[in-house]
Amino acid sequence: MTRHHRHFLIHLLVLAVLVLAAPAVRAQLYQNPVNPPTTKEQVPLYQPQEKLVGTVSIPDEKLSVLVQPEGREWREFRSYWLRVVAGTLALGMLALLTLFYLFRGTIPISKGRSGRWVPRFGGFDRFAHWTTAVSFLILAITGLIITFGRPLLIPLIGHEAFTSTAYASTFLHNFFAIPFTLGLILIFVAWVRDNLPEKADLVWLRTLGGVLNKAGEHPEAGRFNAGQKLIFWAVVFGGFALAVSGVLLMLPFSVTGIGGMQILHVLHGLIASLMIAVIIAHIYIGTIGMEGAFDAMGRGVVDENWAKEHHSRWYEEQVLAMRANDGRPMHHRAAE
Amino acid sequence: MARMKFLCDAERCIECNACVTACKNEHEIPWGMNRRRLITLNDGVPGERSISMACMHCNDPPCAGVCPVDCFYQTADGVVLHNKDLCIGCGYCFYACPFGAPQYPQTTNFGSRGKMDKCTFCAGGPEVDNTPEEYQKYGSNRLAEGKLPLCAEMCSTRALMGGDGDVLADIYQERSLRRGYGSGAYGWTTAYGNADKGRAFGPGASGSKGS
Repeated sequence: MTRHHRHFLIHLLVLAVLVLAAPAVRAQLYQNPVNPPTTKEQVPLYQPQEKLVGTVSIPDEKLSVLVQPEGREWREFRSYWLRVVAGTLALGMLALLTLFYLFRGTIPISKGRSGRWVPRFGGFDRFAHWTTAVSFLILAITGLIITFGRPLLIPLIGHEAFTSTAYASTFLHNFFAIPFTLGLILIFVAWVRDNLPEKADLVWLRTLGGVLNKAGEHPEAGRFNAGQKLIFWAVVFGGFALAVSGVLLMLPFSVTGIGGMQILHVLHGLIASLMIAVIIAHIYIGTIGMEGAFDAMGRGVVDENWAKEHHSRWYEEQVLAMRANDGRPMHHRAAE
Repeated sequence: MARMKFLCDAERCIECNACVTACKNEHEIPWGMNRRRLITLNDGVPGERSISMACMHCNDPPCAGVCPVDCFYQTADGVVLHNKDLCIGCGYCFYACPFGAPQYPQTTNFGSRGKMDKCTFCAGGPEVDNTPEEYQKYGSNRLAEGKLPLCAEMCSTRALMGGDGDVLADIYQERSLRRGYGSGAYGWTTAYGNADKGRAFGPGASGSKGS
């Protein structure tokens, strides 16, 4: 390469750098801008601005966000969509169950009560269930107060009384997260083995557990039928999702920035709405929906005929276990 | 009546932090909280700009929209204020605010984050004007004394302006025309632009009118 060639190449490089760097240079020397305004009206006041993040010299780094327009979408969710979703799911489920009750009434034990009891849930089972259940009810009610209080309660009780109510609700909501999470762990440990999917679940699901069969015939099931398994897994997955997102909401900005906090709140609200609808259905079927069902969690024992009809395979297992145990009743797996 | 606004001319701000210091001193803001702060964009590279940011006192304030206890109100001058006696410290207003204005005395949400605090446009709160109770909760009320916010009043380059929005816009446009450039008023589109639906409440109104 001759000297001439080299000079030419260097010139070309310098030129290329200048052309590429032109916008930056212009920004630095914009005292001579390309299109200066000629009238006051041409000076922009309202320039569309997306998210702007800079740097701050104060310790609170989350304040380095200058503009976050996503807050508007989050607001739309918090003050509109969350109420629509939660309200529709809860009221929709109540309406559905009311219609079902009018159509079907309480599902009876078709052979009537036998008067003989089969042990179903021991003390540990019931402790786990009711710890979770009571905590969930308190969490749901306090959550609904925070969500719907402004349009529904403030017009009724006024601003000051509602502030006290809402303040107490936040405390209860935070506190009952602890027994709720503990209850979830206990429930998982106690019942996960009997809630694994099996072949019989497909039949149960296809016939919807025999719910439309007026003769009162039920597909066979083990300790838990497919419907109960669905509830179990909804509670396990939904409950843990609520617990994790809830803890992160309690410790704001500990692991994520403002966008993450908004997403966590959206997830927490939507999952809670679903869970409330699921649990309304669960409460219905466990109380007025079905004769003999409440005894299982209430007293820990079920009527023999109820056991035969709803959990035939489990009942047979119990009978076999009882024979092996010299005729004494035995809690299913409770001794293990 | 004037519609009070803030305007920060990014071509003039020299990142001296006098507005931040003035605000903290005037209202005795505790450590760790900032009603006003300076944000530098493109720090150290061509096109660097500094902007002084606090509550912009939006037309349709998102904070007021999401507040579960409805503790915000807007004065006839368009200043967005809140009632600390009603605030439960839930932190929702920070998630909704486009500008990161709401501040809390505590960092965790277990129990409460304490009463939210934010820029009042030096206009105090719902207490009686210029009483010790008002000062203790909301800082000084310069507007009631006929003065404008201290941060803007003491800005040495007149980058930060606070006052009647129409006058501010006029000054800014005149300024930009003379110097031949301007980068737009930061935050104006978000605070006072096309989002003016008046859903949370209109200026001068308060209470459960919105969501």
